[in-house]
Amino acid sequence: MNDLASLIPYFNTRHPALARYIVLALILAAPLLAISVGPAWVRILDFALLYVMLAIGLNLVVGFAGLLDMGYIAFYAVGAYTWAFLASPHFGLHLPFWIVLPAGAAFAALAGVILGFPVLRLRGDYLAIVTLGFGEIVRIFMNNLNHPINITNGPQGINMLDSLVIFGFDVSKRIRIGEDFSIHPLLVYYYVFLCFVVLSVLLVQRLQVSRIGRAWAAIRDDDLAAKAVGINLRNLKLMAFAMGATFGGVAGGLFGAFQGFVSPESFSLMESITVLAMVVFGGMGNIAGVIVGALVLSWLPEALRSYAIPMQSALFGKVLLDPEILRMLVHAMALILMMMLRPAGLIPAHSRYSRPELLGVKAAESDVKSGGAA
Amino acid sequence: MIKLLEARGINKRFGGLQALSDVSLSINKGEVYGLIGPNGAGKTTFFNVLSGAYVPDAGEFVFGGSELPFGVPHEIVERGIARTFQNIRLFRELTALENVMVGHHTRTHAGLFGILMQSKHVREEERVVTERAYEWLKYVGIERFANTVSKNLSYGDQRRLEIARALATEPQLLALDEPAAGMNATETAQLRKLIETIRHDGVTVLLIEHDVKLVMGLCDRVAVLNFGQLLIEDVPAVVQRDPAVIEAYLGAGTHA
Repeated sequence: MNDLASLIPYFNTRHPALARYIVLALILAAPLLAISVGPAWVRILDFALLYVMLAIGLNLVVGFAGLLDMGYIAFYAVGAYTWAFLASPHFGLHLPFWIVLPAGAAFAALAGVILGFPVLRLRGDYLAIVTLGFGEIVRIFMNNLNHPINITNGPQGINMLDSLVIFGFDVSKRIRIGEDFSIHPLLVYYYVFLCFVVLSVLLVQRLQVSRIGRAWAAIRDDDLAAKAVGINLRNLKLMAFAMGATFGGVAGGLFGAFQGFVSPESFSLMESITVLAMVVFGGMGNIAGVIVGALVLSWLPEALRSYAIPMQSALFGKVLLDPEILRMLVHAMALILMMMLRPAGLIPAHSRYSRPELLGVKAAESDVKSGGAA
Repeated sequence: MIKLLEARGINKRFGGLQALSDVSLSINKGEVYGLIGPNGAGKTTFFNVLSGAYVPDAGEFVFGGSELPFGVPHEIVERGIARTFQNIRLFRELTALENVMVGHHTRTHAGLFGILMQSKHVREEERVVTERAYEWLKYVGIERFANTVSKNLSYGDQRRLEIARALATEPQLLALDEPAAGMNATETAQLRKLIETIRHDGVTVLLIEHDVKLVMGLCDRVAVLNFGQLLIEDVPAVVQRDPAVIEAYLGAGTHA
């Protein structure tokens, strides 16, 4: 929250409290502003929040534990397909969300452990290749498991997924209050997803400033030294994969419910790379950073999609570049510029793994130097 | 004298190189034990085998009355053996305080669910660990830099921090791999004082060192390795006069 507030250029130094309120107000009012432009923009915001959850989960693996995971979207797929299996006409099951979401999270965590075991001894590039392969394997499985027994319905995907029903209240239905006032379901989804995001941030922060978070950071900084102080590398790496996957699984379940349809093509390698780009763009290891990264990079292509065509027609009289091509171009440009100007990400602030304020007065004596990677 | 650690016939071979051949030695409780030898003699290999980084080809370690497992560093740390590295290996992005807190990892128990729920037990443990870590920083004399990211510390302070981190594992045996390397005379004198304090507080110290003055002045007993073989294990005065040791260091025919 404070880190988010620090992004506002003027107020952050003069009125830090005010900056915080501005951020809070923006977060709460964003969908209301968006819906005045059009419901499609609220949809984009809803997706952006799902990406924020993914980025938070991936950040746990890549940013905290230093394990480069290029197949993260596989866990999103596991979560989404769990929802599709347990809450759709496909198998005729319609279980409530408080069973399906935890089940999705659990399956994703299991998938995380399954991925984790063979890659325990790998690092850097090698790890990236294997995890990339894992992501593709999951997608190809989803694509081909329609035969001989139809499990995933193959490339057609599964549709008519149950929507999110929380305590008898269907999030996807328009809420009517009185005669002519109603709340758009996309708005409700926004606030529901926001709750999940806030919960994720809270949990990840608790993990970061803890015995486990410090052990992950130790493995990331120097795994040999981590071993030498008695950290069980196997258990902690598996825990990082499983915990990261859990967030992906929950986000996947929400995605399935929100979209009402899942198919393998939603979980391509490009998606894994996009989420990784969000983490790197925002500032690896920094929760506020990856949130901003996810918001910017999920909003940017959509904005391009809707403005690029009219702008080109107005400027040149015809459409020169397809927005989809432009999307890749701008995406790549943003990343390259980022690497040149702010190599440590949008918010490169030093991440805390302890609370020195617990020391009370003693901490005040010690020489506090900000050590952010410049 | 109670034996704390006994090495029995440790062998380690890398391809064609016999890095350690039949090394047997014993370290008594409460002493500072020096391990010296020319470059490539196998000192660091001995450390790595002891700390579980390598699995020896033959031999065993008996520590505190029972055999040590091989190749499982975290279990060895739990048994009470901590080490530092010849080339400093800190957790660069963590502050000095956090480095020491990581050192206390095996002595704390906060689990995943306790952390996610922030149970009372976990919060209390976190507070205790933070305070203890600060005490260890004080012990080695760098508490001023508690909140400094460790990569920004000076060389000497990094060495001290590494010792503090090793002490945070609450070891019975502290193995220091060339702690004085690259230090100037003042820093070495401070280090010597620190090691004496550590010994005084009941921790046995195993010291690999090139600084002969430091070793001879500080150690109760010294072992000399040469080409993976143990030449002698005795008090410094005897070791210094041993012809085999002089030959190993200065070459044959240069007896004084």
